[in-house]
Amino acid sequence: MTDIPLIFEISQPGRRGWSPPALDVEDAPLEEMLPAEHVRADPAELPEVTELDVVRHFTRISALNMCIDTTFYPLGSCTMKYNPRVTEKCARLPAFDLHPYAPLECSQGTLELLHGLQQMLSELCGMHAFTLHPAAGAQGEFAGILVARAWHEARGERRTKVVIPDSAHGTNPASARLGGYQVVTVRSDERGRTNPSALREVMDGDVALFMLTNPNTLGLFEDGILEIAEIVHEAGALLYLDGANLNALAGIVRPGDLGFDIVHVNTHKTLSTPHGGGGPGAGPVGVAEHLADFLPGWVVEKDAENGFRLRRPERSVGQLRSFFGSTGVLIRAYAYLRALGARGLRENSLTAILNANYLRIRLRETFAPHVDEPCMHECVLSAKNQKKRGARALDIAKRLLDYGFHPPTVYFPLIVDEALMIEPTETESKTTLDAFVDALMAIDREIDECPDVVRGAPHCTPVGRLDEVSAARRPVLTMPADRAAE
Amino acid sequence: MDWTGSSPEERQQMLGAIGVDSVEALLAAIPRRVEELPGIPAGLDEASLLRHVAALAERNHPPAPGKCFIGAGAYEHAAPAVVEALISRGEFSTTYTPYQPEVSQGTLIAGFEFQTLITRLTGLDVANSSMYDGASAAAEAALLAIRYTGRSAVVVSGVIHPEWLCVLRTYLSGVGAQIRVVAPENGRTPLGQIQACLDEDVACLLIQQPNFLGQLEDLRAAAEAAHAVGSLFAAASNPLALGILASPGECGADIAVGDVQPLGIPLSFGGPYAGYMAVREPLVRQMPGRLVGMARDAQGRRGFTLTLQTREQHIRRERATSNICTNQALVALAATIYLCSLGKHGLREVARQNVVRAHRAAQRLQGIPGVRLAFDGPYFNEFVLRLPRKAGEVCNHVRERSGIWPGLDLGRFWPEMSDCLMVCVTETKTRGDVEALRAALEDALK
Repeated sequence: MTDIPLIFEISQPGRRGWSPPALDVEDAPLEEMLPAEHVRADPAELPEVTELDVVRHFTRISALNMCIDTTFYPLGSCTMKYNPRVTEKCARLPAFDLHPYAPLECSQGTLELLHGLQQMLSELCGMHAFTLHPAAGAQGEFAGILVARAWHEARGERRTKVVIPDSAHGTNPASARLGGYQVVTVRSDERGRTNPSALREVMDGDVALFMLTNPNTLGLFEDGILEIAEIVHEAGALLYLDGANLNALAGIVRPGDLGFDIVHVNTHKTLSTPHGGGGPGAGPVGVAEHLADFLPGWVVEKDAENGFRLRRPERSVGQLRSFFGSTGVLIRAYAYLRALGARGLRENSLTAILNANYLRIRLRETFAPHVDEPCMHECVLSAKNQKKRGARALDIAKRLLDYGFHPPTVYFPLIVDEALMIEPTETESKTTLDAFVDALMAIDREIDECPDVVRGAPHCTPVGRLDEVSAARRPVLTMPADRAAE
Repeated sequence: MDWTGSSPEERQQMLGAIGVDSVEALLAAIPRRVEELPGIPAGLDEASLLRHVAALAERNHPPAPGKCFIGAGAYEHAAPAVVEALISRGEFSTTYTPYQPEVSQGTLIAGFEFQTLITRLTGLDVANSSMYDGASAAAEAALLAIRYTGRSAVVVSGVIHPEWLCVLRTYLSGVGAQIRVVAPENGRTPLGQIQACLDEDVACLLIQQPNFLGQLEDLRAAAEAAHAVGSLFAAASNPLALGILASPGECGADIAVGDVQPLGIPLSFGGPYAGYMAVREPLVRQMPGRLVGMARDAQGRRGFTLTLQTREQHIRRERATSNICTNQALVALAATIYLCSLGKHGLREVARQNVVRAHRAAQRLQGIPGVRLAFDGPYFNEFVLRLPRKAGEVCNHVRERSGIWPGLDLGRFWPEMSDCLMVCVTETKTRGDVEALRAALEDALK
């Protein structure tokens, strides 16, 4: 079998893939305009290929991806649900393709849409105000941390710590550090939740923020949330919701009503904007009233003449990226919210919960649930029984690929031994869920009947398991310029 | 509309299997539920939604083709049709971060190709597979330099994009780094001032090329000055300009960053765009974001996988090199397709056309009485005109009379430059477009 060629390997000197516009002004030698020291010695070694080469290459490699359009993708905490095509169509309307410095009077439609999105997100989350500025959820977290810090500083306090549960996404501690905070971990209890009394022990006058994912990364609702909010606020700290799992709550419960002061929303999860192989996303951040002045970027507001304009919040923590934000993504989120309405959002959340619990019930005899009680939109099972029989969570994940399914998230959350974190989402049918259960059951049988098949999986994919250890030891991160890759 | 997957009967079967009458029975743990959200309008069917969103779009008034001369960090360029066609494939757009490499080779190969293209454009050893945008890439470059050198100050040209400077301040506020801004002279960053700001506390010097005012900087001298005090040198370049300009690597940069928006990415009111970052080899383990590496499977076949993940937030948590999780993979893919389509000679030709067209346009516009070029240094595709009137007034007048957006009023960022208009001319502007701009400016300045 031959390797899949890279675009550099099909390049042939002299081929062209595109013609620039004809030059219709008087040409001149470059050196008359640019001093020699500014001109590059040699043209960059880009491939030389035809348009058909480009189309074939990228079409061919695209077919090597599993994606929502072809495959069930129950990747826990990532919320891989169907991306309705109508939102794509909305975002691609040519009149939205404006320069970011377009005059206000020429961009009123975009501003009105963004204003509408701010309002809907505020309602959905029970927050006073939203900024649409951050480029992704993790940047939204960083924004939230800076907002918290600015608020404390405005009150004359310089707090130094952020508290985070041991089940949290890795972005939480990384964002807290980026914000200059020391990270304090609070352990989950045997029910997989943050125990209020454990939290009380770590909360002191140095804590600026408690960052919680709810439902948490075990798919469980933090049922002590009202008490948690009280403890956090009594200590003079703020309560942050990592909105990665908001798909379980939308239309059912509002974070603001539970006592959260700051929330970020991953549009590519809850609001079904396509993930794009890892971006672009958007990470709008909502805050309670006392924090609204500190938001980064801009807020869109309606002015007296009934037009829309951008305003920098008075004591803004600043900007996190150029320009307004990922507008193209935000348009998709707006269209999605308008298509569903509150009732549709609620229906979606309920269905996501139904699907996750159905999988939990069907699988719990075989794959030990970490906590055996009703879950929200995802359930965390464990392959610890399978590990005893010789196959680990990773083996099961890889074998699922042979059955034509994308695997669940494995080895996360870190507190669960051999974790399998399954998030079916609302857009999948019972038929698909049943087929997925059948595949997992078949793999479980294979562990006893033909263990090597499981441990050597996958067998039916474009490449087999890759030697990631060697790859990291001697990283090859670019194609050498003068020859084929190796 | 909703997109739920099962029929009512199947839902009943699932409820039966769980042993509950309704899904609500599973929600006992949740206090303070809501039934209604009056602030969210009722759902719309597809046709009504399209009508509604199209009506919003119609409230925008985008300029006709050839009439927008605003650049300032977001540029109108021609893009091959294949870019949109290929990134629209569901196999690219509806997949997640490639955590399972065996079924993500498409995304990974594209990421590896992007990294390779960026190293070739920048003349550096290693690139990552994208950042959020140019501004945050520049800020992350400063953080990288601070980590690598253990120093705490950063020297920044005063003529990088003003929004980038804001982003740098925000990002560096967390770690308490000092930012020293070099005051410009004649639209550029003077070497003497750079040297005056550099000392043993400086982790890196950051300069933009072309700078925000369109002027070309002397990167080689800046790199030497930075290295003389043991500081790193970071160059922020427009990647399309690198089709013709000396690469950051050949000028001595240790880090190159920028925004790939000029490479076939729509303006889209400011986003999504994508940033790039490339570094010299010794810095690779301090890099933020995702890296795609080559690997072999058991049968010896070549494959690609995310690598050096011990730098990343999902492994290293609070000791990670950045908090980046989702980045801008699809936008980086678009830039990759753009660069492959243009190829070695096409990119150079487009970059050359930008230079030629911008210089011809500058000659024509300087001929208007009272109008002169504000700076005398070399430039790529953007230049600043000093006008005999307030640039903001001129822009409004021109737009109302002719529908042309003549450029950026620099008073937006610097009140003392409110008589300065920054004009961008790319390959999308014909001779006729520039003549129309000239006539409109003449009319406005009469």
